[in-house]
Amino acid sequence: MLAHPDLAKLIFGRLTLEELPLHVPIVLGTFAVVALGAIVVLGAITYFKLWGYLWHEWFTSIDHKKIGIMYMILGFVMLLRGFADAIMMRAQQAISFGDNMGYLPPEHYDQIFTAHGVIMIFFVAMPMVTGLMNFVMPLQIGARDVAFPFLNNFSFWMTVAGAMLVMASLFIGEFARTGWLAYPPLSDIVSSPDAGVDYYIWALQIAGVGTLLSGINLLVTIVKMRAPGMTLMKMPVFTWTALCTNVLIVAAFPVLTAVLALLAMDRYVGTNFFTTELGGNAMMYVNLIWIWGHPEVYILVLPAFGIFSEVTATFSRKPLFGYTSMVYATVVITVLSYLVWLHHFFTMGSGASVNSFFGITTMIISIPTGAKIFNWLFTMYRGRVEFEVPMLWTVAFMVTFVIGGMTGVLLAVPPADFSLHNSLFLIAHFHNVIIGGVLFGLFAGITYWFPKAFGFRLDPFWGKCAFWFWVVGFYFAFMPLYMLGLMGVTRRLSHFEDPTLQIWFLLAAFGAFLILLGIGCMITQFVVSFRRREALRDVTGDPWNGRTLEWSTSSPPPPYNFAFTPRVHDHDAWWMMKKHHYQRPLSGFLPIHMPLNTGAGIMLAGLSFVFGFAMIWYMWLIAAVSFALLLLVAIAHTFNYHRDYYLSADEVNRVEASRTELLARHV
Amino acid sequence: MKGFRGLLITATGLLAGCQTVLMSPSGDLALQQRNLIITSTVLMLLIIVPVIALTLLFAWHYRASNKKATYDPEWDHSTVLELLIWSAPLLIIIALGAITWVSTHKLDPYRPLDRLAAGRPVPAEAKPLTVNVVALDWKWLFIYPEQGIATVNEMAAPVDRPIRFKITATSVMNSFFIPALAGQIYAMPGMETQLQAVINAPGEFQGFSANYSGNGFSGMHFVFHGVSEAEFAQWVQKARSSGGDLSRDAYVKLAQPSENVPVTYYATVEPGLYRAILTRCVDPESRSCMTRVDLSPHESADASRTMHVNAGSAGMADSPMPQPHSD
Repeated sequence: MLAHPDLAKLIFGRLTLEELPLHVPIVLGTFAVVALGAIVVLGAITYFKLWGYLWHEWFTSIDHKKIGIMYMILGFVMLLRGFADAIMMRAQQAISFGDNMGYLPPEHYDQIFTAHGVIMIFFVAMPMVTGLMNFVMPLQIGARDVAFPFLNNFSFWMTVAGAMLVMASLFIGEFARTGWLAYPPLSDIVSSPDAGVDYYIWALQIAGVGTLLSGINLLVTIVKMRAPGMTLMKMPVFTWTALCTNVLIVAAFPVLTAVLALLAMDRYVGTNFFTTELGGNAMMYVNLIWIWGHPEVYILVLPAFGIFSEVTATFSRKPLFGYTSMVYATVVITVLSYLVWLHHFFTMGSGASVNSFFGITTMIISIPTGAKIFNWLFTMYRGRVEFEVPMLWTVAFMVTFVIGGMTGVLLAVPPADFSLHNSLFLIAHFHNVIIGGVLFGLFAGITYWFPKAFGFRLDPFWGKCAFWFWVVGFYFAFMPLYMLGLMGVTRRLSHFEDPTLQIWFLLAAFGAFLILLGIGCMITQFVVSFRRREALRDVTGDPWNGRTLEWSTSSPPPPYNFAFTPRVHDHDAWWMMKKHHYQRPLSGFLPIHMPLNTGAGIMLAGLSFVFGFAMIWYMWLIAAVSFALLLLVAIAHTFNYHRDYYLSADEVNRVEASRTELLARHV
Repeated sequence: MKGFRGLLITATGLLAGCQTVLMSPSGDLALQQRNLIITSTVLMLLIIVPVIALTLLFAWHYRASNKKATYDPEWDHSTVLELLIWSAPLLIIIALGAITWVSTHKLDPYRPLDRLAAGRPVPAEAKPLTVNVVALDWKWLFIYPEQGIATVNEMAAPVDRPIRFKITATSVMNSFFIPALAGQIYAMPGMETQLQAVINAPGEFQGFSANYSGNGFSGMHFVFHGVSEAEFAQWVQKARSSGGDLSRDAYVKLAQPSENVPVTYYATVEPGLYRAILTRCVDPESRSCMTRVDLSPHESADASRTMHVNAGSAGMADSPMPQPHSD
């Protein structure tokens, strides 16, 4: 290889041994830990001979429930990585005052905050939201799977491929040092010539394909596959929010794809869309990325709103207050989310009228959002509120989210934003709504639907521990940041001159430590619940006395979800069925048409990973070969006519009979 | 209601009493922004506080173990309540929206000041001090065209004299921010933004970049001196007597990336340097040099406010200097 530098360059592009972080002890240490962990996991899988099981039952599965669960696992694993970044930032900012430069040099610190943002949004929040929609929504509408089961598997693996690229950047080369939205000119080839921004571009492009396809898939599922009788206004609220979120995904993600493609062209082939010369304009990038970026916020938070709606109604033992206004509020938010993007850069020099317009549209969004909060409030009113863990998260959400909403509206007042923009006040605000809204919602949803997915409930003691550490930790971590913002402290600084600020950063670091304990409790909760699974077993399929269709089937549901497609008469369909003393059908089963597993998704995503990696390092030969293979496999897959099978009536009968027996034993 | 009012007063007191720079600024613009922050917050607390209180109250009162609480398992609609829960936030937002419209126009950073402080209009003979600001990797260059001096990472301005900042950058985007003086505005290469402000109290104030710009970002701060007219004259004199010359060559050297740059004074500035920086023509041969200025004169159109000097056809190097439009 050394004898033929041209050949080496053709194969390895600009990747050399110097790109490996052999001289950076922190990264090397991390690598050792990750590698060790990977060896242990892979070794265990091999030792217990699980490869075949994982491949046949999970990796190639096109069952929406299993794909949903895999999305959740991906999200949780990436949460650990994103949180490790958070802890590192909090530690750096807690000590880096005056002569002490902290333990992270800027070039490392800058990668960390970029990776933190990218990972938390794209590879934690998005997979978890998509995962929950994937798992819950088809069950809620009485469907047997999503509209395009193979596409679902493919979407998941594309998201994994994107996440793997981000992870690879930790050890091979480096990640972007531009902030999570990679504004040019900082992200152009002149200011960021190394591979970091290319990792960013290709990770998001590849994962973006998955997100977009899954958006289309879920959208079509909701539109076309609802059980008979389920008109739009009889859909469960979570399904409504899923519908709106997927409309947003389908409309917004192509914008992200386009703007990243333009940035990639600026970097790879010397176009001048966003450069400072030859008519390029970076302001265009900022506009375009936020035209995607603001709807993205609602893509994440709407399903969380849906989860809270389901949880509040279930645990208050009452129908949701104001179902109709809840639906309209969701739709209004969906539409308005496209009219507010400029509030992310009032300070770019737009005129007072433009700024006022976008400020006021932003405020208008708070009206339907406020109405939603009141709806949850009046769902509790005259209810019998049971404080199971999901309900705890919901109450904490309501209190926390209104604070975040208030600071958000404050930031929407342009002259106030001129003072608060880019400050730690802004950081506190969006963590306030994303943790207090999206994450609390996801945790409520995970606890709520976990028994449906696995057949046993999560241990409530450890769930409550996690809850308290997270909530108290959140307040400790972010209230000081509001204060620091008012002190005029800006974001993304790795070093401070003024030692009087330190106490606030120490408080924030303490909060992050509490959250770490919260995450520890969550992991403990999973382990303890698994070990106590017999005691926590859900035999009825309806552990919470639920209201929607997913609780009518067994926990976990059979591969076909419903032996007979249910007929729907109300938006609380299962509640109605229970009220009218619904009897499970015990005979007369028919063969069920089912999709077959396929490995095409994982192969395509694997090739996409190789292609992305090759593009990042200018390995043109490998890029060309992998791209050709990508097309080839995709085309070959279309010739695979062996895609479905019939589950025989006998088999359905056997599954249903064993459930009948189980129910009889436990009544 | 009494307790509620008490809460409001406490909350306002907490905000106002804090000795943070945003809550006790020294410039009139920042002060009005502070007042706006407080007004908006109080307005929103009108609805936020009851919501939080009701959440906790309902959650507690209607807990499953409280069998004395009314349980109405079918109640899920009330037209009166629905009207109320949509109109309450609506009313707040109408009020806040009106405040937003008026204050955004009044506190527009481009708008020439009409007062020095509350009740003190700008005197007719007052001439604003012009400061041309350039964000470099990673330091701030201040050019004083009237005084003919320039400084790096330090600036001064007389108390109660309007300042007109014209702001640009060399390579990447930064944000020019002196919290005690006024809100921030982006500094972008090839473009000019503006800020009109005034400092009302003498003192040393922190200024910095509020938009992440790369490796040296954390050290990209400067001191803003609010001084008397006499002290300002002395400060200018100091720069004139102790500083070097900011020629094009010196500027090119200065523009090289550097971190934590100490304060530097320049006694003279090559004429037209700021314009050359703005149009990216410090090196007239460079391909980024904008040889023709395309400034569509939409006097009132918002789109042309961030002055963007477009590259156009060659051979018009003598076109007039880009004029920032007046409102």
